[in-house]
Amino acid sequence: MRPMLFSAHVHVLRTSGVHRWPAGVKLAGAVFILLGTTMQRDLSPAWFTSVWAMLAWVWWRSRLPVLFVLQRLLWLSPLIGGVAVAAALRPTDGPSWQELMIKSGTSLCTIILLAHTTAFGEVLRVLRRLRVPMLLVTTLALMHRYLFVLLEEALRMQRARAARMFGTDRSRVWLLQASVAGRLFVRAGERSSRIYRAMLARGGP
Amino acid sequence: MHIPDNFLDLKTVAVTTALAAGAVGLALRQTRSELPPARVPLLGLSAAFVFVAQMLNFPVLAGTSGHLAGGVLVASLLGPAAAVVVMTCVLIVQCFLFSDGGLTTLGANILNLGVLGAVGGWLAAQAVACMAGGLSGRVAGVAFGGWLSMVLAATACALELAWSRTVSLSLVLPAMVGIHAVIGLAEGLISALVFAAVARLRPDWIEAGSAASSRSVEWWPWALILCCGLAILAAPWASTLPDGLDKVAEEFGFAEKARACIPAPLADYTMPGIGVETVAVAGAGLTGLVAVLALSLVLGRLLTRPSSGAIQSPEEPARSS
Repeated sequence: MRPMLFSAHVHVLRTSGVHRWPAGVKLAGAVFILLGTTMQRDLSPAWFTSVWAMLAWVWWRSRLPVLFVLQRLLWLSPLIGGVAVAAALRPTDGPSWQELMIKSGTSLCTIILLAHTTAFGEVLRVLRRLRVPMLLVTTLALMHRYLFVLLEEALRMQRARAARMFGTDRSRVWLLQASVAGRLFVRAGERSSRIYRAMLARGGP
Repeated sequence: MHIPDNFLDLKTVAVTTALAAGAVGLALRQTRSELPPARVPLLGLSAAFVFVAQMLNFPVLAGTSGHLAGGVLVASLLGPAAAVVVMTCVLIVQCFLFSDGGLTTLGANILNLGVLGAVGGWLAAQAVACMAGGLSGRVAGVAFGGWLSMVLAATACALELAWSRTVSLSLVLPAMVGIHAVIGLAEGLISALVFAAVARLRPDWIEAGSAASSRSVEWWPWALILCCGLAILAAPWASTLPDGLDKVAEEFGFAEKARACIPAPLADYTMPGIGVETVAVAGAGLTGLVAVLALSLVLGRLLTRPSSGAIQSPEEPARSS
């Protein structure tokens, strides 16, 4: 695992006006833009100009670094590029490759702005208000809580293994990685038992 | 394989979201009724595990690396319903936290990776485990199921892209299935290695999972959902060319003599009253599937009735005439 790879995924949330907007409003706005863009039959200049002006204004207010947004766009665009090439090579009676690129680029920027200006806890609160089943919301909350704990644990295990077994045969790397993943699952299971006992101790279910 | 926004048109978004919502609803219901409260935190931790395990790189060739998708692995360890819940959470977090995969295509991504891939692979894994038996059979099942899950998810993804007219089916299906048939080999191998590692560390968990999976009640709703999903996605690609008899009838000029005695409710495999052709064909496919299932259930009930005489229960000795 490369920590650099993970750091490219995560941007530490700053506080800006956009970060403080209610999550429900941001989510509704994003869904409106995404559905509106999907419903456009062609590249309507009125729609795309207003959406891009809006996204640019939100990005400016959010103070997200340009380089970070570009990195995310590059990281997430290979499939878009591949499908656009396929559409260019063998066009269908559906959208042209230019239309695909512009629409997908617009949606991707919307999702990147939403994801990096909205704390996940806020999204969970919106899901609760929308009456999403409690089991799903609880699972999401626990996942979010322990995601970074398990990641740190996996990194620690890999460091320990690397320190013990320098110059490992390449063919054994798969076995070692699988062993790290297996041990990680077992530790996650054991941790879940401790969490349940702690929940009971606090008067939980 | 996460489909971004705008790759699917509205009808595909609506159909895939409805299918995914149904499957996740069933999974939540089954999980609530079968999972003891003590194991509920394990769902969240397993979702976090899948996410972290997806970041462990397995070197392949020339600087490239593969990683685990994890659907079949989790299904084999916790059961199919829990796997659907876990994969749904992973895909939601990937969308909201890392902007990986679209918001409007979340249903399609859950359907492909979390339902068709994970459950289809798990069903295949169970079949292999039944055939081979023992722990080696289970590991072999996980390997095969892992490979199949990638192929199934890629097939569904290609069908959805082609159904939305984003790319032509003749181009996207071989490309997606071909690439993922190779990627699936790595998925199968990694899943099997991790499963074997867990079996070595905690054999009691594997035994408990095996006992839970062997309950027949878990099988049929998932097999039905898999069939429905594939029927709906594949129905619009049913051939429009005439079959052998129709072709001969057209060539010899007696095709126009064909007349139906009783008007069929779903003539030419289309649902009446639906304007969009692909939706009409998909609806007809689903109706056909449900009709065959209902008929099979009725037949099964009739044949096993004590008075029918077709099958006698072992408790009821045959009466001499």
